[in-house]
Amino acid sequence: MSALLHVQRLGKRFGGFTALQDVELEVQPGERLGLIGPNGSGKSTLVNCICGTLRNEQGSVNFGGTTVDSLTAHERTRLGLARSFQLPRPFGSLSLAENLRIPILYAVNARGERKLSGAAIETRCIELLGQVNLADKAHRLPRDLTQIEMRKLELARAMAADPKLLIADESMAGLSHAEVDEILALLIRLNGQGVTVIMIEHIMRAVMAFSQRLAVLVAGRKIADGNPKDVVRDAEVVRAYLGE
Amino acid sequence: MVSLVAKAAGRETAAGLGNVAFIGVLIVAAGAIFGATRWIGNDYAFFAAYVVVQYIVLGTAWNILGGYTGYVNFGITAFFAIGAYSTVVLYKLTPWLPLPVMIVIGGVMAALVGLGTGYLTLRLRGVFFSIATLALAIVVQTLITNWDFVGGARGAYVLRPKMAPLIGGGYIEYLFLVMLGLCVVALATARAIERSSLGFGFAAIRDDEAAAEASGVPTLKLKLVATALSGGFMGMAGAPLPYYVTYLDPASGFSLNYAVNAIAMPLIGGTSSWLGPVVGAVLVGGLQEYLRVTIASAINVLVAGVLMVAFVILAPQGIVGLFQRKKR
Amino acid sequence: MDASADLLINAVVSGLLLGGFYAVVSIGVAISFGLLDIVNIAHPAVILLGSYVAFIGNTVFGIDPILAAVIMLPAFYFLGVVTYQIYYVAFERRDDQSIRGLSFFFGILFIAEVGLILAFGVDYRSVQAWYAQGNLDLLVIELPWRLLVPFLLGLVTVAGLQMFLSRTFVGRAVQAVAQDQGALRLMAANPARIKRIAFGLSFATAAVAGAALIIIQPVEPSIGREYIGRIFAICVLGGLGSFPGMVIAAVTLGIVESLTATFFGPSWAPAVSFGVLLVTLAVRPNGILGR
Repeated sequence: MSALLHVQRLGKRFGGFTALQDVELEVQPGERLGLIGPNGSGKSTLVNCICGTLRNEQGSVNFGGTTVDSLTAHERTRLGLARSFQLPRPFGSLSLAENLRIPILYAVNARGERKLSGAAIETRCIELLGQVNLADKAHRLPRDLTQIEMRKLELARAMAADPKLLIADESMAGLSHAEVDEILALLIRLNGQGVTVIMIEHIMRAVMAFSQRLAVLVAGRKIADGNPKDVVRDAEVVRAYLGE
Repeated sequence: MVSLVAKAAGRETAAGLGNVAFIGVLIVAAGAIFGATRWIGNDYAFFAAYVVVQYIVLGTAWNILGGYTGYVNFGITAFFAIGAYSTVVLYKLTPWLPLPVMIVIGGVMAALVGLGTGYLTLRLRGVFFSIATLALAIVVQTLITNWDFVGGARGAYVLRPKMAPLIGGGYIEYLFLVMLGLCVVALATARAIERSSLGFGFAAIRDDEAAAEASGVPTLKLKLVATALSGGFMGMAGAPLPYYVTYLDPASGFSLNYAVNAIAMPLIGGTSSWLGPVVGAVLVGGLQEYLRVTIASAINVLVAGVLMVAFVILAPQGIVGLFQRKKR
Repeated sequence: MDASADLLINAVVSGLLLGGFYAVVSIGVAISFGLLDIVNIAHPAVILLGSYVAFIGNTVFGIDPILAAVIMLPAFYFLGVVTYQIYYVAFERRDDQSIRGLSFFFGILFIAEVGLILAFGVDYRSVQAWYAQGNLDLLVIELPWRLLVPFLLGLVTVAGLQMFLSRTFVGRAVQAVAQDQGALRLMAANPARIKRIAFGLSFATAAVAGAALIIIQPVEPSIGREYIGRIFAICVLGGLGSFPGMVIAAVTLGIVESLTATFFGPSWAPAVSFGVLLVTLAVRPNGILGR
């Protein structure tokens, strides 16, 4: 079975600073991959390069059999690659339902397979909001939301693009124990529906509960990749990240 | 009353009139306004009303790129003047062309320049686009001032036909009617955009461009569309100008007043809806005209600038926005 | 020497001197846009204000225009501080900068221009000073005093500000606030206060630039708009946040404009800066020495 996402020898520099070097990553369809590493190790930069928000100078990104290096971010989203942002970035002047309308109009409908329109879109928005327990606030504005609700909206918006691969970038940061469980359950449910998920997190409990495979990024390089139980016992991983 | 205004200005897709019905309402309103102006019987009424309607078009054009999409275009004078000078060129080469055709050509010329500028600068931060449009205004003015065919710095004279085609009466009445027609098209376009997926795309770009791009919105393409529409309508608003003033020179054609008014009126009236530029143009334009005939100094020109700064600081959502807030 | 080579050399030299002048004109924006990320498109209006202040000092009180500018430096600094405070409260704090912030400065630009027209009319104004005419002749090179003095003013101002930025605590804090406000807070410096100081300085440079401007050419209220293109072309070409880059860009633009004016005619000068701006944005938006 060929990989859904294949990152080959990816390198990214910002002026004199090397953010990523020689990163190799493969994600199989339906897999649950965890990605961990210290702050500043390049996790978000990697996500940005995979999704097209940033352009990598070296290496290439291959998604669903297509090399996507020359594609813009919105083109990659249309191919089925979706991400949530580490700091939620809602559309502030639009209601929650309208926030979800955007990816439906521009990612899902643009694929041309089955276009939703009119009332069907509204229904789909409410349905998606229901999956994150926000249906009752469908017509409110993002500024009325709490932190965790914004995180959930962020995830819901990524889900609204009907992705094959979802990258959840630190969606649990700063949340309470129960809230972490809520997001965790959501992501596992999503994976159960067939969506491949990459979870980037610092909360080890969630990472261990979620990941089938675990990769570790330190100072722009991948230093481990494999079975979560083995990775967390790896000496270099412990030294660089876990055993602080 | 409050909820009526809020609803008229709102974006609820299910409620309100369909696009065709809205155009019908606008046409009826335009007809009524034209009839009323004719009934007043004074040429001055036509001249004054023309200016206000022209500003509705300019403000609406600016707002498509500014209010809806969040990109500030300071080069209004460039697009407006491209339309005006395109008419001057056509007047010298093909004076038999009907005015509406000249208007369309002027709009296309301006839209192309907009596309060109946008293509070069819209991939960068929004402020670079704004700065580029500011510089564009100076450059287009320089080019036209150096172009002898359209009179250069000395200006060009355009003979206004005596009689209005089709409707009879003075030519100024025809100019006003044409401008009213353009206004109907502009407002209908703005409202149709608001309620369409294009409008949602614009709003997403305005609110958070990176998130929009990540959600599948083709941001560059949409920004180019907005720029072309905006520039095109500005050019169309400027196209009848030579016939209106009969003498056009760069100093007046590129007057900063057009730019400030085109930005101030939507900011004062409200940028989130098609109704904002209308409210802004009527109120500010009316106030300016009143001051011009009573105080007769350059003070009337200051009004737009001062009000704009005041509103931008104190009431950024504009007059229409104030109504919408009350409704919530 | 051959006449056209002579012409060429003098055009280049004039351009060099002009570049020094452009540097002092642009340094205010190099601070406000390059370091503080505030797009103050009204800067040319403040410069013009400086020109008219120098004009009043010169014609009404008989003082040297540069002296008039120096006397008014604190007033301009204060004006800058007040303007930043308004901008901060109205826009930066609400995090709603782009469209409304830009419109705010555009409004100020417009109000200033109309205000100047109402106060002084549209006639050209100039100053009387011993260096307003005449040349310093070095062999075949003619150095017009009216270009040389502003050039020297520019050098002094830019050098002074560069030293301020790198040698004083406040100056280094200004550079820091451009890069990382969070770290600055940890250093127990208040970012808003630092920005206020920097913005005040930006306005203060406009006083000097205004005096330089009215020495170089007669002024009238609408010439401010020509300078917007030049200033931003220079700041973008030089690279935001780099003073040396800005100076190089200023001199480059000065020389290109001077050559264009000499060989194609002066009415094309405003188009040059726009061309430079567009090309820079299209090809290398970070500029020559940009961060």
